[in-house]
Amino acid sequence: MKKVFAALGAALAALGAQAQTIRLGELNSYKAQPAFLEPYRKGWELALEEINAAGGVLGRKLEVVSRDDNGNPGDAVRVAEELVSRENVALLFGTFLSHVGLAVADFAKQRRILFVAAEPLTDKITWQNGNRYTFRLRPSTYMQVAMLVPEAAKLRKKRWAVVYPNYEYGQSAVASFRQLLKAAQPDVEFVAEQAPALGRIDAGAVVQALADAKPEAIFNVTFGADLAKFVREGQTRGLFKDRAVFSLLTGEPEYLDPLKDEAPEGWWVTGYPWYAIQTKEHDAFLRAYQARFKDYPRLGSVVGYATVRAIADAIRRAGSVDTEKLIAAFRGLKTTTPFGPIEFRAIDHQSTMGAYVGQTAVQQGRGVMKNFRYVDGAAVMPPDAEVRKLRPAD
Amino acid sequence: MLSSFAVQFLNGLAGASALFLVAAGLSLIFGVSRIVNFAHGSLYMIGLYVACTAAQAFGKGPAGFWGAVLVAAFVGAALGAAIEIAVLRRIYRAPELFQLLATFAVVLLLRDAALYLWGPEDILGPKAPGLEGAIEILGRAFPAYDLLLIAIGPAVLAALWLLLARTRFGLLVRAATQDREMVAALGVDQKWLFTGVFALGSALAALGGALQMPREPANLGLDLVAIGEAFVVVVVGGMGSIPGAYLAALLIAEIKALCYGIGTVNVLGTSVAFSKLTLVAEFLVMAAVLVWRPWGLLGRAQAAVRAPGPPEPPLRPIGRGASVALAALVVALAFLPLAARGYPYLTVLAIDILIAVLFAASLHFIMGPGGMPSFGHAAYFGLGAYGAALLVKGLGAPMEAALLLAPLAALAGALVFGWFAVRLSGVYLAMLTLAFAQIVWSAVFQWDEVTGGSNGLVGIWPSARFADRSAYYLLTLAIVVAGLALLRRVALSPFGYAMRAGRDSPLRAEASGIPVARVHWVGFALAGLACGYAGALFAFAKGTISPETISVGRSIDALVMVLLGGVQSLAGPIVGAATYTSLADTIMRATDYWRALLGLAILALVQLFPQGLAGGAARLAARLRERAR
Repeated sequence: MKKVFAALGAALAALGAQAQTIRLGELNSYKAQPAFLEPYRKGWELALEEINAAGGVLGRKLEVVSRDDNGNPGDAVRVAEELVSRENVALLFGTFLSHVGLAVADFAKQRRILFVAAEPLTDKITWQNGNRYTFRLRPSTYMQVAMLVPEAAKLRKKRWAVVYPNYEYGQSAVASFRQLLKAAQPDVEFVAEQAPALGRIDAGAVVQALADAKPEAIFNVTFGADLAKFVREGQTRGLFKDRAVFSLLTGEPEYLDPLKDEAPEGWWVTGYPWYAIQTKEHDAFLRAYQARFKDYPRLGSVVGYATVRAIADAIRRAGSVDTEKLIAAFRGLKTTTPFGPIEFRAIDHQSTMGAYVGQTAVQQGRGVMKNFRYVDGAAVMPPDAEVRKLRPAD
Repeated sequence: MLSSFAVQFLNGLAGASALFLVAAGLSLIFGVSRIVNFAHGSLYMIGLYVACTAAQAFGKGPAGFWGAVLVAAFVGAALGAAIEIAVLRRIYRAPELFQLLATFAVVLLLRDAALYLWGPEDILGPKAPGLEGAIEILGRAFPAYDLLLIAIGPAVLAALWLLLARTRFGLLVRAATQDREMVAALGVDQKWLFTGVFALGSALAALGGALQMPREPANLGLDLVAIGEAFVVVVVGGMGSIPGAYLAALLIAEIKALCYGIGTVNVLGTSVAFSKLTLVAEFLVMAAVLVWRPWGLLGRAQAAVRAPGPPEPPLRPIGRGASVALAALVVALAFLPLAARGYPYLTVLAIDILIAVLFAASLHFIMGPGGMPSFGHAAYFGLGAYGAALLVKGLGAPMEAALLLAPLAALAGALVFGWFAVRLSGVYLAMLTLAFAQIVWSAVFQWDEVTGGSNGLVGIWPSARFADRSAYYLLTLAIVVAGLALLRRVALSPFGYAMRAGRDSPLRAEASGIPVARVHWVGFALAGLACGYAGALFAFAKGTISPETISVGRSIDALVMVLLGGVQSLAGPIVGAATYTSLADTIMRATDYWRALLGLAILALVQLFPQGLAGGAARLAARLRERAR
């Protein structure tokens, strides 16, 4: 009998300890996008370990319940339901693909639970479809484009060609680029447009069609395998000779590293030069990450790390895990990331995390970014009045 | 301008060679074994990965590069033979298309195997030594390697022709393509013929992948891209026809190159981006070709396969006892939310399962009793879902009205597409439905202003009355049970008998006065309508829809559920959908490598229940009854 009571007591104690932890629900397309999301997972794992080693938040340990969303919105909503109703998580974070992110954001609004969109880029998540329960960490498509445009306008090239994957990300990136460049340089002319299907570019035909239009400069939005094919064909066919190229996200290790010594030289890109950033915050992160995983961080690692860090700070600021208090805490939350301090804007729930803008080069057989600078997200935002017009009132 | 199109034509030729290599192997395999081999694209992917690894190991130089290509082809052959021997050989006698389920499981396994072996990052292989550069053609730099590729396609075509026309192996392959029972009756060991053809076809797929080494990086998305394109090429060319495959590859690759070459054109003041057409170009070609020539460009009417397995037992109404048990089950299901109060996720999962059940049952209705396999059933699911969303968001209709009316969009779609589809049979019919589904998908994907484009539409939640999950569950249960009852009633009615008669013997059915095409058309439309209800229920269950609801993946899910449950039993899709959905839900949570685990689970079920789960259960029951007697 005593034994039974002892066992029961131990079980209750264990249960009590579990009740003490703060459970965070995480969902992402781990199997559909492993190249980006495995480093992302390591990032949030590192943050979680650091926070818990330092005693947790509000005296409680953090716990992340992570799920695969199978890369589609239908399964993502079911997984989100499961996290909320079965795992009793305090909030949700994660997602990579834009349509999945939008679906979970809408679910968050419906179920009145906080959602921190870590990776999705679509402008709509904080603007057209923004809602009071959703915050987003990574700089949006618009912001990334706006970071490149000043450099593009400086060159005073008149004839531009654009190439982008045919879905919302590519379309809205090109639309923003046209609009912003035209505003900065009214005489600009777009002479060619190629929109191959995502993951299925016929690079030879695309490159030749672009070359035939004889542009002075090119704006590229393709990424991943499409980018590798585009770069190879472009180099073989001499498309990039004497032409300026601006390319979104290409400086991120996820997309630059597979190109190895064939990485293009002199392209203007947004990205993450982890090997050359010299700031206190980044040094600490880099050292901890390399010590923990024996690997270098990708951009996904930073996103995962910064998301959980921000969530911990928000819970501290709220002093509870009540959704309304968390929303209040996230609005205007100032937190520190490996890229430096950021703020979650109260006006549209977008963080001011920025990105690095620089030029690609090849060093020791690998692609790197040179003469780069960090562009703060706050610096590239449209005026508040415009944001208010874009975003529905809560 | 003209020189630009001339060089685009060369680009198209290079693309055609690449397409042809994969498609030729698939066509060979289908011609002989009649197996729709989903794993063919996976072998293409593995071929490219193996080539990249081998090239790195062998070092620079022509011997290293070409040695790696050969190694990849051999690995492909070995893998293909292994799949045939270990997985497929045991299930040739299962109902038609069942082997597709096994190859689907192999796709899941190989995808995770590639992730495990090669990691998540894309791998860019070396360029071909000596052919890295470009040659000037009409003032443009054209890659030297592409010229070689242009030659390789026709060279392989010629080699295959020689093999098929001039060797004993080729003779047997041709004979088996025409009439495999006769070949078996003449004393040819079919087993090794099939293994040989599988190895050859797989080697071609892996070779096709390996030859892409200088043109694209090895990545984990290649399997599905390759299989989709290869299928279209094979069907457009005519299944089993190798020259047809080359012709089709040429047609599709040239049309795509032309789309890129034309670029953006101003038509009546609006600019039309032709490059966007590449999203769906091959499916437009396939739909047009199949409507015009039901067996592809160079294909011939398929010889009827004389029952590879035991004949299908006729459908019988269930007895009174079973009816009572079924009614009791429905009543019990109605109390599920009460039982699940401490466990609310069960209700959520049950909604998903019920929707999957109706989705699968509607496919089964045309696939089983109708004998019309559809590879594009998601079209009607998506039309129902988008119909509901647009009624609510666009017209401000209340949720109840939208749920009731939206499936009419699916009905309309099924009426139009079914009219064309019922004129075809077998895999051609299946591929035409796929083409239609892809056309619908791309329209939804492109039509940003109305459908929300690739992001889809959000904020489609149930009305206040059904906002609670339990209430929505009950609504779903009512609609799904009604749908199932209707499909079952029709399947057992005179109309259902007519449909089955048309399936089993179109000639005799016509002779006895049944308008087979019209009966099948009505059956197709009814299935579309039922599927539309599943789609509309899905939209309100998720609050969001995106083009994914119409994607190939969702169509394949439906196929998998029907085949898993057993195509020859009305209970099959119900059992299959419930098993597959709950299995996927459990496994996805259990391990990182859930795809491989799901693949293994399906493979195990396939080997244990070659008649499907419900078919297997019925057999077991029959055997027990016999023993009791």
